[in-house]
Amino acid sequence: MKSLLLLLAALPAAALAQVQLNGAGATFPNIIYQDWILTYNQTHPDAKLNYQSIGSGGGIRQFSDGTVDFGASDAPMTDSAIAAIGGNVLHIPTVLGAVVVAYNLPGLAQPVKFTPDVIADIFLGKITKWNDARLTSINAGLSLPATDIVVVHRADGSGTSFVFTDYLSKVSSEWQQKVGKGTSVNWPVGLGGRGNEGVSSTVNQTPGAIGYIELGYATANKIPFGTVRNSSGNWITPSLESVTAAAAGAMKDMGPNTDFRVSITNSTGPQAYPIASFTWFLVHKSYADTAKARALIQFIWWAESEGQAKAPQLGYAPLPRDLHPWIQARLKSVTAGGRAVWKAAE
Amino acid sequence: MTSLPIESPPRPPRLTRPRPQSLHATDRSDRIYRSVLTGFALGLPLLILIILGVLFTGALPALKRFGPTFLWTSTWDPVAEVYGAAPMIFGTLASSLLALLIAVPLALSVAVFLTEFSPGWLRQPVAFLVELLAAIPSVVYGTWGIFVLIPFLRAHVVPPLKAVLGWTPFLQGVFYGNSLLAGGVILAIMIVPYIAAVSREVLLAVPASQREAALAMGATRWEAVRSAVLPYGRAGLIGAVILGLGRALGETMAVTMLIGNRHDIGVSLLQPAYTMAAAIANEFSEATTNLYQSALFEVGLILFVLTVTVNAIARVLIWRVARGQAVGSRAL
Repeated sequence: MKSLLLLLAALPAAALAQVQLNGAGATFPNIIYQDWILTYNQTHPDAKLNYQSIGSGGGIRQFSDGTVDFGASDAPMTDSAIAAIGGNVLHIPTVLGAVVVAYNLPGLAQPVKFTPDVIADIFLGKITKWNDARLTSINAGLSLPATDIVVVHRADGSGTSFVFTDYLSKVSSEWQQKVGKGTSVNWPVGLGGRGNEGVSSTVNQTPGAIGYIELGYATANKIPFGTVRNSSGNWITPSLESVTAAAAGAMKDMGPNTDFRVSITNSTGPQAYPIASFTWFLVHKSYADTAKARALIQFIWWAESEGQAKAPQLGYAPLPRDLHPWIQARLKSVTAGGRAVWKAAE
Repeated sequence: MTSLPIESPPRPPRLTRPRPQSLHATDRSDRIYRSVLTGFALGLPLLILIILGVLFTGALPALKRFGPTFLWTSTWDPVAEVYGAAPMIFGTLASSLLALLIAVPLALSVAVFLTEFSPGWLRQPVAFLVELLAAIPSVVYGTWGIFVLIPFLRAHVVPPLKAVLGWTPFLQGVFYGNSLLAGGVILAIMIVPYIAAVSREVLLAVPASQREAALAMGATRWEAVRSAVLPYGRAGLIGAVILGLGRALGETMAVTMLIGNRHDIGVSLLQPAYTMAAAIANEFSEATTNLYQSALFEVGLILFVLTVTVNAIARVLIWRVARGQAVGSRAL
């Protein structure tokens, strides 16, 4: 009887302790975020997490409006967007993504090699045939056909486009001046496809097509993609390892006090795949609700440490180990009601 | 046989009947009932006004920034924050007109066949199957378009077209697949069931006496259809076509999957284009800056005004001919 009374008394307390955390944003990391939430909930039933993959732009907007507790984005917030919310944001990298150059050229024995300037000039519309001298000279073993190159790009706004145009802006000054970088840009040539699936189906159905798609999507759907020469002059096949290497290569440019809003495209690592990027959680520097902030930081740190092991099997490149102390330092700085929430989380 | 005199049917006598009165004219429940109904009835027009208001306020920053030039400039550059909707307005109108060019003869043929020429046992199955086309989800049309229609156009339609009409400006350039042509053809297939179904109703409403009169004058079946049946149902048929046009203007998913989504104006059917509905669907969720979002709102406002205008024209046409007692107005 006494124990029953105790149980009854404990019930409301347990209900009170439950925290509801809502997040929204990028679609690219959705699979691993949902997996993290599910796994984390098994050991932490008190934290009810909910993530809606509405797109990076929508995530940034809802996070800024305060309708969600955390956001997620494939493209970092701009300085003006950060200023608009009084600088109250931290970018916490979660996993890495990469963009591959996919094409429709049947019967090739090995992947096509691309140099940065060739990719830029194809997407600028300056190289229009597959047997252009600049392509054949770097692909000596391949017999590239004399067909037209049909450029396919994303028609919807997308973090994938951001990473790709960010890379092209770094390797081609002409691209930077004429087009620039963004989740949507004014493409000089080509057809627009909706989503990774729209681009890849258009590439698959159009002879001689070239497009850019997310690495995980290309691997899962067995879409052939090219090898790219990185800034060290090595030909790099996109893979989870070469993407993690890109982040590791970019670390020395970031430094321990980075705000993580760094582009890691065209990374200097010798084995780095050059068209890679972080994807971020967006977290406030200071929260009003201590319980929420504590639960959120606890979850994120779990995702950064234990959660990383799940990344490769779901098709995401894990963060380099060396990055963890820097992330931990950033999470420790989060406050609620003026007090740090980290210590209490331990 | 072009000038068969067509009798308009006699005007029905005007009924003037007193409004039925309740015994307790001012009963409370009656008044509540009446105000609830009035509320619902006024709610829908109010909703349209609210939509218009939201679109307008959303579009205000873009309206202020670009003014009327938004309508005729062609650059759509989210990086430089310069927006012009001309390619999308052009693409919307061009793809819809192309769809009408293909769909109207097809749908009218179906309707005439079903009402005038088809053996009785074939009527219902064909009508049912044609109307079934309207039940297929848009995204299924889009997928079918990518995997079946575009390869078919590439292999069997574009080469002969180019061989015959390759010198015209409408068939310049290389056909890559996703294009104004593919978008227009898929739209045509999608609006055929609407035009065919309404046209069939209209033609069914044409009195048998009209056909009999023409046939009695020695007209062939075809001449009877051309000179008696079709003119009689003209208003309804025009209404059917404009309903199809209204649907084509706003169609989104299938078009965006096939039209190529390129902000460009070109008269060649083989080139990619863009429509307003497709641009909104593609770009709205990731429109990160206020001006970008506002420009898309303004595109939505233009599309709204365009479709409302088209539907208003349809209504006016139907009303005008309906006053002349043409059939078909009732079928709508």
